[in-house]
Amino acid sequence: MDTSVPQNEISQRLLPKHLKSLEAESIEIMREVFAEFKAPVMLYSIGKDSAVMLHLAIKAFHPARLPFPLLHVDTTWKFREMIAFRDETVGRLGINLIVHVNEDGLARGIGPIASGSSVHTQIMKTEALKQALDLHGFDAAFGGARRDEEKSRAKERIFSFRSQGHAWDPRNQRPELWNLFNTRIRPGETIRVFPLSNWTELDIWHYITLEDIPVVPLYFAKRRPVVRRDGAWIMVDDDRLPLAPGEQVEMRRVRFRTLGCYPLTGAIESDAITLEDIVSEMRSTRLSERQGRLIDSDETASMEKKKREGYF
Amino acid sequence: MDGVDVPAGQAGKELLRFLTCGSVDDGKSTLIGRLLHDSKQIFQDQLSALARDSARYGTTGGHVDLALLVDGLEAEREQGITIDVAYRFFSTSKRSFIVADTPGHEQYTRNMATGASKADLAVLLIDARKGVLVQTRRHSLICSLLGLRHVVLAVNKIDLVSYDSDIFERIVSQYRAFASELGFSSIAAIPISARNGDNVMRRSDQTSWYRGPTLLDYLETVDVTQEMTGKPFRFPVQWVNRPGPDFRGYAGTVASGTIGVGDPITAAGSGQTSRVKELITYDGPQSSAQAGDAITLTLTSEIDISRGDLLVSPASDTEISDQFAAHIIWMSDQALMPGRSYLARIGTRTTPITVTGIKYRIDVNTREHLATHTLGLNDIGFCNLSTGTPVAFDPYEQNRKTGSFIMIDRLTNHTLGAGMIAFGLRRGTNIHWQATLIGKAERAAHKHQRPAIIWLTGLSGAGKSTIANMVERQLHAAGHHTMMLDGDNVRHGLNRDLGFTEPDRVENIRRAGEVAKLMVDAGLIVLCSFISPYRAEREAVRRLVADGEFVEVFVDTPIDECAKRDPKGLYAKAKAGEIKNFTGFDAPYEAPENPEIHLQTIGQQPEQLAQRLVRTLTELGIVG
Repeated sequence: MDTSVPQNEISQRLLPKHLKSLEAESIEIMREVFAEFKAPVMLYSIGKDSAVMLHLAIKAFHPARLPFPLLHVDTTWKFREMIAFRDETVGRLGINLIVHVNEDGLARGIGPIASGSSVHTQIMKTEALKQALDLHGFDAAFGGARRDEEKSRAKERIFSFRSQGHAWDPRNQRPELWNLFNTRIRPGETIRVFPLSNWTELDIWHYITLEDIPVVPLYFAKRRPVVRRDGAWIMVDDDRLPLAPGEQVEMRRVRFRTLGCYPLTGAIESDAITLEDIVSEMRSTRLSERQGRLIDSDETASMEKKKREGYF
Repeated sequence: MDGVDVPAGQAGKELLRFLTCGSVDDGKSTLIGRLLHDSKQIFQDQLSALARDSARYGTTGGHVDLALLVDGLEAEREQGITIDVAYRFFSTSKRSFIVADTPGHEQYTRNMATGASKADLAVLLIDARKGVLVQTRRHSLICSLLGLRHVVLAVNKIDLVSYDSDIFERIVSQYRAFASELGFSSIAAIPISARNGDNVMRRSDQTSWYRGPTLLDYLETVDVTQEMTGKPFRFPVQWVNRPGPDFRGYAGTVASGTIGVGDPITAAGSGQTSRVKELITYDGPQSSAQAGDAITLTLTSEIDISRGDLLVSPASDTEISDQFAAHIIWMSDQALMPGRSYLARIGTRTTPITVTGIKYRIDVNTREHLATHTLGLNDIGFCNLSTGTPVAFDPYEQNRKTGSFIMIDRLTNHTLGAGMIAFGLRRGTNIHWQATLIGKAERAAHKHQRPAIIWLTGLSGAGKSTIANMVERQLHAAGHHTMMLDGDNVRHGLNRDLGFTEPDRVENIRRAGEVAKLMVDAGLIVLCSFISPYRAEREAVRRLVADGEFVEVFVDTPIDECAKRDPKGLYAKAKAGEIKNFTGFDAPYEAPENPEIHLQTIGQQPEQLAQRLVRTLTELGIVG
């Protein structure tokens, strides 16, 4: 019997009842997928939701090891600290990680700066994800999306059925009653599964705090080189970010609420340096989490549109 | 966000799942928008998007339209209706809430049932100006069927009736009279204005005559703990965890009751018993677990348990039967067909299931029982069902987790319906399979052949019987022992009580298939020519016999050609409107997707086609 974390180091923590319910629900969903599908994979995007999802998966299959691989779709524009954290995490937990890059898109020079956010997301995230799922023949993919993130997510099922081209049809979703999930698919079809559907952003941070789950240091405030662009603070993570005339790199005390491709992810000015600080900052903030994501704000229904095309 | 911290280690804060329902325009979405807004769940950037959207789609004449916060999908914003269940989240210092916002229109009954299936409580909205409507009654009935026991009657738009207590009281007593037979254990009536916020979170100074709690006060304190913990122990085995030879754990979520180390358990069905050795979680071994806990348990002795089994407390066993009566909510455009084989998901088990009879359909508006042969989209019926294997269950009224099931289409895999078991039927339990000493292999070996069903399907007049007759003559001449079942002939005797409606066609093929199967058991080669228009029934016959024993032959003649030949004069009658439900005319024909043999008849003589069929049967090893 192999356990990835020494049991004697885990103290008995009492979770509040609502987090315990959410935890149990997520574990049930994960076990269901592994019992019913041939080749599941867990999408790992390195952020806080992925961290919680991975933690829950380890709990779900304990004392067995994580019985499926993680998949990171790398756009090559992630923060360097994210990649370092990813590699440290899989090394520490001894997990099988698949990193997929859309090499064709890379060869065509697709990037957030050269191509704009929408083309970059389409080619380097959505297309890349489909490539990776097809390449490895995965029939079920876990994603860390939550229903409180965005309006069209609020109506997505926990088991979200995808046709052969990975497309989502919001008008033709399977009804989901009780905890009886219809997991049946035909060859070539796949299912995306969202075990964190019913968690909120605050639940995620509470859980991270109570369970001591490591997260990328970018979530904590620190003086970082940033530039003001379209009303957001963009971090200058490497020398690929061209500066427009008049743009000045400044050192500011900032942190991130969500993590993505660095040129598309806005930081907020903050003094939150501990998890407790983050939770209390969240309580007072008046801006939503995805507000920092430049790729969502094209138009109100843009997330639904991306999802129909196969975005997570 | 919520204003009070949850200190680590404090286990008090609970989760309450409720749904909002009620008639169209009673203000469901506005109420949820109000709850989110007043509990400060709406962020500034969302509010500015809302202001933009209100100007474009809003129905509140320039004011911010809170309903737009929750009507998420494009089509909904355009049509101003909620077409799917949306889940919303908010929390206070006392509780976290998950709200299912469900559609009001009759054509979305299924979506409402979906929302209700997971809810602990229903907030039923009534427009104070309109009172109890047909939809109010329908939603109450659905809530009751889905096992909800707590209802909040939110009499909305109280501001539009001048906060009149008489109107409120009249609606409440009217509703209580109606709901008295629905089995709700509590009905809390609250006068509110979702648009203005009266009695939602803040006590209204306009309703001094109302002494009860505000809606939020009530939601924060109502006790809905559903007594799941107090019920008998039920544990559907989800997955057997075997990381190595020295560990075998059964992973799952406790459906009801509690379990402790050392407690005895029984595997329902096999009746084998053992005791709990350990309750394992990642956070260390536990001494006990209760309803809702996701655990892995090990047993003191090895008994045969796999996914789909139900572990129960020996003191109170479940019912076990392969036949039971249940309420079914049908959720598909494709009608429910008695006799057709579907798949059911009950607990963690998947099993074939057939509706053997529909006792009645319930008129959701009047609660009347109506006779019917099928159930259509959004219909609710009370049915007898039969499963492929015996299943362990509790009546839904006693246990929502072990008394519920969903029905799945075998071909498309769509979720077609949801069921709630009422009681087991005893009729099947005393009829056991009699093992026979001579099997079909022995019988067939005697005849030097492999038994099989040769199933010819196609339109009326396609040439099925002509070809089948020629094939049978040849096989007979070669010394094979054959039998012919012809659709027309069977309808003169065995199936003389059946007509040509969809349910009758389903039953026609089911019986023919069972007869053909008996003949295969007798070692015969059975030639069957039936129009058999539905893929599902042909597949059901295929599943009756072993792999390789069912040969589907598609006699493919275009309808124009069939009508031209018209050997029985039926096409002429159908054209004249003298025959109803004629396949290819006003009844569908679902062509085989992968038949073993595809015979295109245009330009071919029946003799050639018969030859080809015999050749293929030889290649398949059915005849020598």
